Amino acid sequence: MALGLSTLYLSVIVLLPLAAVTVKAVSQSPSDFWQSVTNTLAVRALLTTLGASLLTAAIGAVMGTVVAWVLVRDDFPGKRIINAIIDLPFALPTIVAGLALLALYGPGSPFGIHLAFTRAVVLVALLFVTLPFVVRSVQPVLMEIDQEVEDAAASLGAGNGVIFRRVVLPALRPAIISGAALAFARAVGEIGSLLIITAKVPIASIVIFANVESDAPQAAASLSLVLIVLSLIVLVLIRRLGGRVAH
Amino acid sequence: MRISNRAKWSLRAVALLYLLALLILPVVIIFAKTFEHGFGVAWGWMTTPAAISALWLSLLMAIIAVPLNTVFGIACALVLVRRRGRLAAVLDGLIDLPFLVSPIIVGLALTLVYGIHGWFGTFFTDHGIRIIFAVPGMVLATVFVSLPFVVREVAPVLVEVGDEQEQAAATLGASDWQTFRRITLPSIRWGVIYGVILSTARALGEIGAVLVVSSSVAGSTLTLPLLVYQRASQLGPGAETAAYAAATELAVISLVVLLAMTAFSSRRPHAR
Repeated sequence: MALGLSTLYLSVIVLLPLAAVTVKAVSQSPSDFWQSVTNTLAVRALLTTLGASLLTAAIGAVMGTVVAWVLVRDDFPGKRIINAIIDLPFALPTIVAGLALLALYGPGSPFGIHLAFTRAVVLVALLFVTLPFVVRSVQPVLMEIDQEVEDAAASLGAGNGVIFRRVVLPALRPAIISGAALAFARAVGEIGSLLIITAKVPIASIVIFANVESDAPQAAASLSLVLIVLSLIVLVLIRRLGGRVAH
Repeated sequence: MRISNRAKWSLRAVALLYLLALLILPVVIIFAKTFEHGFGVAWGWMTTPAAISALWLSLLMAIIAVPLNTVFGIACALVLVRRRGRLAAVLDGLIDLPFLVSPIIVGLALTLVYGIHGWFGTFFTDHGIRIIFAVPGMVLATVFVSLPFVVREVAPVLVEVGDEQEQAAATLGASDWQTFRRITLPSIRWGVIYGVILSTARALGEIGAVLVVSSSVAGSTLTLPLLVYQRASQLGPGAETAAYAAATELAVISLVVLLAMTAFSSRRPHAR
């Protein structure tokens, strides 16, 4: 019974609406569909979104690993507080993050940095909302690593660079990749933190929103479908990269 | 790996500066901007009728969506872990969909099903029920985006505790419900609580999906995040302070959520 009810609940809440998007997108002439996903704005929006999300995943992978390393291997006063605030982006509503970025980098910026409405601020917003993914996936793995292997490598004359590349990184790689994949998926769909700071940058989710607002559900559905398919393809590629290394 | 003091200090500096710039500054500036003109002004904006009703509506979203997703989450996790079959495998693959689909697409999807020109549009208009641009649509959107949290927290705990105790209880003649209440539920309770905290945070803070299906009218369909968005899009110093005041309310709620997450994370057997 639980199986049936779970399936029913998921179908009504999630699958039915997503099916409606798919049907809406494919129930138009192929040329209309093609037009709504290959016009200049749509193409720029898709490329910007995928590019920014990949960059976010890449920077997040590096910085997330550094942060996880410092939280596990280093010790300093206030470490537990720092560890706790890592999850802030999961707790803080994204619109609040957007407003904060506007205050920090908008017209009245206290630092005189005017990044609002540029690609740079989009990247900052995406890095904020995806920060916990890599940190939280690398941290437990780093804690489990047997440091004796590193000592053994050092006693055999390996430098720190070699130890990190040959011993530590291979162990962390699957965790880094899976964290980065989650960050990528989250970045592709992000809207809340971008709503008030990206008026001029074409972002796929914002273009879809504009289509919905201007009563063009068919164009919105077409773009949605392409966005979902493209991000799934990238996601599979990222995961494969992780899988190959893991074996 | 023994790294030099210089390397240790530089890594620490890089990590802490990154976190300071990315995480701490945004929260500080929200509070600073809110109380720029004094506490009284900020409090005034937090207690306007629009702001109070927005806070209640946001709470209502969480009060409806979280229990629904908790019951579903526990049932679904039990199915995924305890019963392996083809349907359970399909379910496992689909459960993360709400995390993969942009909230804006969720909103669009709901209008295509329940909107005036949607699949069931005529049915609901004939019966005088309004779903889209009204509270029911916003609830559906919130339920959608916060659906996977409890499942994803509870499933690994179920794997960890195993089913030997449940089987023992069943052998001793306990009914399914007794086994669930006396054995299963106590052993997964921290996972459930953590999932509930995460879904509550998401339900209170959701904007993308709700934005599409709400008419954003103060007093009836304006949640707290929508209020922030609306005020931030208006011009003028009053609107600005109003936006920051509402953002501060949300930030305070999220700091409470964060405290709860920290308090319970050590009891959680599985780190994400």
